[in-house]
Amino acid sequence: MTILVCISYVPDTAAKIGVTPEGTGLVLDGVKYILNPYDEFAIEEALQQREKHGGKVIALTVGPESAKEILRTALAMGVDSATIIPSTSLDSFGVAYNIAAYARSIGADLILLGRQSIDHDSFQMASTVGAMLGIPSISVVSKLEIEGATVRAERDIEGGKEILTSSLPIVISVQKGINTPRYPKLPDIMKAKSKPIDTVEPQSVQPRVAMVRYATPQLKRRGIILGDSDADIAEFVRLLHEEAKVI
Amino acid sequence: MSTVAVYIEQREGIVKRPSLEALTAARQLSPHVVAVCISAPGDASLLARYGAAEVVTIEHPLLQQYSSQAVAVALAQYVRSAEVTTILIAGTAQGKELAPRLAVLIEAAYIPDCTELDRDEHGKLQAKHPLFAGKVIATMQPLTERTVVTLRPNMFTARAVESSSEPTITQFSPTLSEEDRKVVVEQVVRNEGKLDVLEADIIVSGGRGMKGPENFVLIEQLANVLGAAVGASRAVVDAGWRPHSEQVGQTGKTVSPNLYLACGISGAVQHLAGMSSSKVIAAINKDKDAPIFKVADYGIVGDVFEVIPKLIERIAALKQTGA
Ligand SMILES: Cc1cc2nc3c(=O)[nH]c(=O)nc-3n(C[C@H](O)[C@H](O)[C@H](O)COP(=O)(O)OP(=O)(O)OC[C@H]3O[C@@H](n4cnc5c(N)ncnc54)[C@H](O)[C@@H]3O)c2cc1C
Ligand SMILES: Nc1ncnc2c1ncn2[C@@H]1O[C@H](COP(=O)(O)O)[C@@H](O)[C@H]1O
Repeated sequence: MTILVCISYVPDTAAKIGVTPEGTGLVLDGVKYILNPYDEFAIEEALQQREKHGGKVIALTVGPESAKEILRTALAMGVDSATIIPSTSLDSFGVAYNIAAYARSIGADLILLGRQSIDHDSFQMASTVGAMLGIPSISVVSKLEIEGATVRAERDIEGGKEILTSSLPIVISVQKGINTPRYPKLPDIMKAKSKPIDTVEPQSVQPRVAMVRYATPQLKRRGIILGDSDADIAEFVRLLHEEAKVI
Repeated sequence: MSTVAVYIEQREGIVKRPSLEALTAARQLSPHVVAVCISAPGDASLLARYGAAEVVTIEHPLLQQYSSQAVAVALAQYVRSAEVTTILIAGTAQGKELAPRLAVLIEAAYIPDCTELDRDEHGKLQAKHPLFAGKVIATMQPLTERTVVTLRPNMFTARAVESSSEPTITQFSPTLSEEDRKVVVEQVVRNEGKLDVLEADIIVSGGRGMKGPENFVLIEQLANVLGAAVGASRAVVDAGWRPHSEQVGQTGKTVSPNLYLACGISGAVQHLAGMSSSKVIAAINKDKDAPIFKVADYGIVGDVFEVIPKLIERIAALKQTGA
């Protein structure tokens, strides 16, 4: 089985991100970038599926040169090879297009992703890549079983869970809880440093969405902070009931 | 005139509320809103009351079992036949999976997780979408003729129109084959008797300040008197005190209830990412400098073990008098 695992290089969740005065760009100075947290589950799932079914795992990222860092993490965890498509200018559609083209070129049977990239939180890659390849996709999967060409997956939905069936080839995005990602061992980290990383030139595509403006959110909160006396608690309940009208 | 269509999500014949919110949002964009349903809606006049001028039912034997792939193909065929330019879809688990697939099939721009939607001075669609866990709000515009937008649930209020007439109902029959439904929902398992944070008007959440799993009975009792769902911070989910389905935050669920009440939660940025768009935020924390108070409308600086029992008593009394 040929497994492609797509990983993204994102600002650390604790990073301070600002907006330029005119609101036309982002200020990302000094921001630390990390492997998208969900993608660790995707890498682990790829390795576990390889253990069950044999084959090889290829890790792919579309991003700046510095994103090779997360490909090294994937190599240290145990993927067989790593590829970067160097680009910083593609929109989500363009990233998906390049992922789909690469998946086609290697004949991937299983394409694994994280459920969302924590930079744009757009939850779209699995469906978009699946549609571009004309194959099924299942997003936010918390349990995955593959037997022959049959796929069975579980995912949480509002108020319950769904059990889905499908077939290979398929695109799957995974949710925390599907597995416990392994920690790469020091010797593997060292070995990963010298492994080759393939480069595939990006294909440019017409963007579909323009980011016209950025802004920092305006907090419009009341900020009424009370103590814990009986009178304060009574006031708290009154405010929620009479002023906010939410209880 | 551009036609705006809204995909109506139903569960066992009942229209989901976020789809009614999408109908309301669509009315601001176009005088002619089409509600598109897969198989006949239980109540078409409900859709008219929320603003649909026309109801389209897409029917095909292969659509009886839900398949995001087949529904996307069917919707794409409808969109092309009816010259729809904008499709709004509620950002539920189902909607978030369906929308990007549809966008590819109809060569549309896809705008995810929209929290505000209108038109600019030239009549062009513009949508706000939070980035980086809500630290930045981007305004996005499509560069294509067609656009698919998912709307974050509970960000748009579902409002009935003043007077509605019976909608015209038309049927659309797509051409589908087994190739179009390689993925299907085999079974849905409901969490019996438990309100989900994604569907609740009120959420009472507990964090590490609750000290142990046994103390969550306090959170449950408070949730009970309020008719609320129970939520949790990641710290308590990671500790195994609460299930992952209750986790609110960047790596949990994104919620925007009418009231979010955080108990013993510090308010880390990753937690705020999942709840800062709540209508009203209230918090109980013994540390007056806890970051949660910076985003709170109402707060109590105090010990959860003393404050919550008193709150339960007062709220229960309030509910009884119906005052
Ligand atoms: C990549 C990443 C993703 C993350 N995703 C999430 C996420 O989705 N959701 C999430 O919640 N977190 C997430 N986190 C974790 C987050 O950073 C915090 O660690 C977590 O939210 C803390 O949980 P807490 O507020 O319950 O605990 P703490 O930060 O320990 O806060 C406990 C609070 O309880 C108060 N307290 C203690 N005792 C009492 C008492 N008796 N009465 C009243 N108050 C009391 C304290 O003053 C304190 O403010 C993520 C972190 C990372 C790095
Ligand atoms: N630039 C990228 N390169 C490789 N994979 C990506 C990239 N962006 C997103 N992905 C994958 O798609 C998933 C979902 O991202 P998104 O749909 O953008 O929220 C991520 O968890 C990654 O697995």
